[in-house]
Amino acid sequence: MMQPGLYHILFISTALFFIGMYGFFIRRNLITILMSVELILNSVNLNFIAFNKYLWPDKLTGLFFTIFIIAIAAAEAAVAIAIIINLYRTHHSIDVDVAEELKY
Amino acid sequence: MIGSTIIFYMLALLTLISGMLAVSTRQIFRAAVFLLFSLIGVAGLFFWMQYEFIAAVQIVVYVGGITVLIIFSIFLTQQAGEKMPKQKMNRKIFSSLAAFCGFVLIMIQIMQHSFQSTINTAIQPGIENIGNEMVGINKSGYALPLEVVSMLLLAALVGCIVIAAPSNFLKKGEPPTNKLKSETT
Repeated sequence: MMQPGLYHILFISTALFFIGMYGFFIRRNLITILMSVELILNSVNLNFIAFNKYLWPDKLTGLFFTIFIIAIAAAEAAVAIAIIINLYRTHHSIDVDVAEELKY
Repeated sequence: MIGSTIIFYMLALLTLISGMLAVSTRQIFRAAVFLLFSLIGVAGLFFWMQYEFIAAVQIVVYVGGITVLIIFSIFLTQQAGEKMPKQKMNRKIFSSLAAFCGFVLIMIQIMQHSFQSTINTAIQPGIENIGNEMVGINKSGYALPLEVVSMLLLAALVGCIVIAAPSNFLKKGEPPTNKLKSETT
């Protein structure tokens, strides 16, 4: 077994990013799309922390970027869920194919 | 050292397998629970890299906050036991192909690149250093971005209340007693 290093963590974060992207492509339900976005944001956080630990351990820049990304992700999830609840109230469905008023 | 390696591979497997199940299962409540396990796996990786503060923030905000928010919104918007409709085979094939091709492309790029690490002495990512830098106003301080992010969070949460409130809740010229009465009836 190899000693894990930067490349292993980059492998995990890339795989997590593309798992989230796959979910973003195939899902038609707004809540599951939101879950995929959370996976993508998590992979970005993992990337920042890995670069901070293995390449620039003399600074804390990646750590602060991660903290700000987590705060913005919390705001994004709250806004998305408010929009989902409002959409459910008007359309009685949260399928993305149903919400098409802005399409044409 | 071998124990830490085994723990790393277990955390990686937990993160990737439960992430995969979270995007592919057809029951939405199960998807939320698998997402929870995937986020816990990422928090474990932060612990493994000895960034304890970030791991604690990850558990508090993601596992404790966002997942609970998602589960509540599942309860509010649909029947949790029902299966979601099956996707078209065409769409499944093309999206998995696109994701796999992107993954291979990025991995080739990463493997070809050789990263140069710094030679300066490392500083500990402990609470004291984080706190000193976060509210510091000198060259390496993050006081201004912190204020901007807190204003953004406040504005987003107020905006959430405005978006999600029922439409008769924000009408002007109505005394609050009427509002309560109309909500209960």
